[in-house]
Amino acid sequence: MTGTGLRAKHQRLVLLGVALAVLLVAGLLAAWALRNQASYFYVPSEILAKPPEADRSVRLGGMVVRGSMKDAPDGVTVNFLVTDGKQQVPVRFAGIRPALFVEGSGVVAEGHWTDGLFTADNLLAKHDEKYTPREMQGMTTDQAHKAIAETK
Amino acid sequence: MHGFANPARFLRIATWATPLCLIAGLLIASAALVWGVGFGPADALQGDVVRIIYLHVPTAWLGMMGWSSIAIASFVEIVWRHPLAGIAARAAALPGAVFTALCLITGSIWGRPAWGTWWVWDGRLTSMLVLLFLYFGYMALAGATQHDEAPGQGQGRMAAIFGLIGAVNIPIIHYSVLWWNSLHQPPSLSVSGVVTGTGPMATSFVVPLLTSVLGFTLIYTGVVLARMRMILADSQAEARLRRKAMAAQARSGALAEGW
Repeated sequence: MTGTGLRAKHQRLVLLGVALAVLLVAGLLAAWALRNQASYFYVPSEILAKPPEADRSVRLGGMVVRGSMKDAPDGVTVNFLVTDGKQQVPVRFAGIRPALFVEGSGVVAEGHWTDGLFTADNLLAKHDEKYTPREMQGMTTDQAHKAIAETK
Repeated sequence: MHGFANPARFLRIATWATPLCLIAGLLIASAALVWGVGFGPADALQGDVVRIIYLHVPTAWLGMMGWSSIAIASFVEIVWRHPLAGIAARAAALPGAVFTALCLITGSIWGRPAWGTWWVWDGRLTSMLVLLFLYFGYMALAGATQHDEAPGQGQGRMAAIFGLIGAVNIPIIHYSVLWWNSLHQPPSLSVSGVVTGTGPMATSFVVPLLTSVLGFTLIYTGVVLARMRMILADSQAEARLRRKAMAAQARSGALAEGW
């Protein structure tokens, strides 16, 4: 290989490296600019800090507060509280609930925010990153590890 | 690396590596699926629906790994002009697209019972759909420019540049669930969580899942090797036909001159 060939190769390597670095920074900047718009839902502290207009359709996401789920006498309406760990807001929903919609679990509600109450038209259950076998449900992590150690 | 750029040496290795990867991959993947689907535990919250994870996670991993290998091969193709790198990038596209489509389909089937919807436009699902469309674009571009003389030059370089630009989507897919609120859950697997066994996913899910990932990765590698051999054989056959046609032309030309 001649000297000029080597130089051309290194030139391409540097050029492409710079181009990729610029491209990556551009992509990260775009993602950073999208950080609010690309979110799929608001969390309770966001919706309380910056309430959307009453006629705008928005999504609210968070955990269903344990012990807050109350069925209304009409049999289809349910009232519950959604929390993000900092603040909580009341939600009302009338309709068919997804199977994974339970207290202490994640939920995304689609609907409207009016005068401190979120009226949901649709509920989506949000699964978290935890996967626990049915047999170990209710055990603490330590208990579960002990149970695994015993079966080994 | 220069050693592997020699097509003759590549073919010698690929001849035995292709069936080895395919057979081992099929055995390991089907063992993992039987293990996870048939004998693994049900999830406390999701029940039996969780079992689709043994298909969903490997396909998602390979959809993203497919584009990563296109990007790396394209980089090598542009900088070092290795003919085999361009062939590898083109060979990786179709299986990558198939796995991405399978990931979207299995995710949708899981989403209906788990979330209550087949599809939402959140960050993770949307960026994964963009990846599928990037594969379609790459295959169209690579197909339209494949008959150029040398890889990494002229129009053949366009597919490689597209492969590099599209790689921007890969970190976006990974971080979509961390940057933005999304319906899709954040990652359950991490190196430290798997090694110590204290991650958010219980070990009885992790072990068959990682086995399945290994099996499908071997299948993917075998398919890419087989497709690389196919592309090499195609170009050899084409070169032979061209030589024959030129020889025939030269002969008829000589005959015409002789008269």
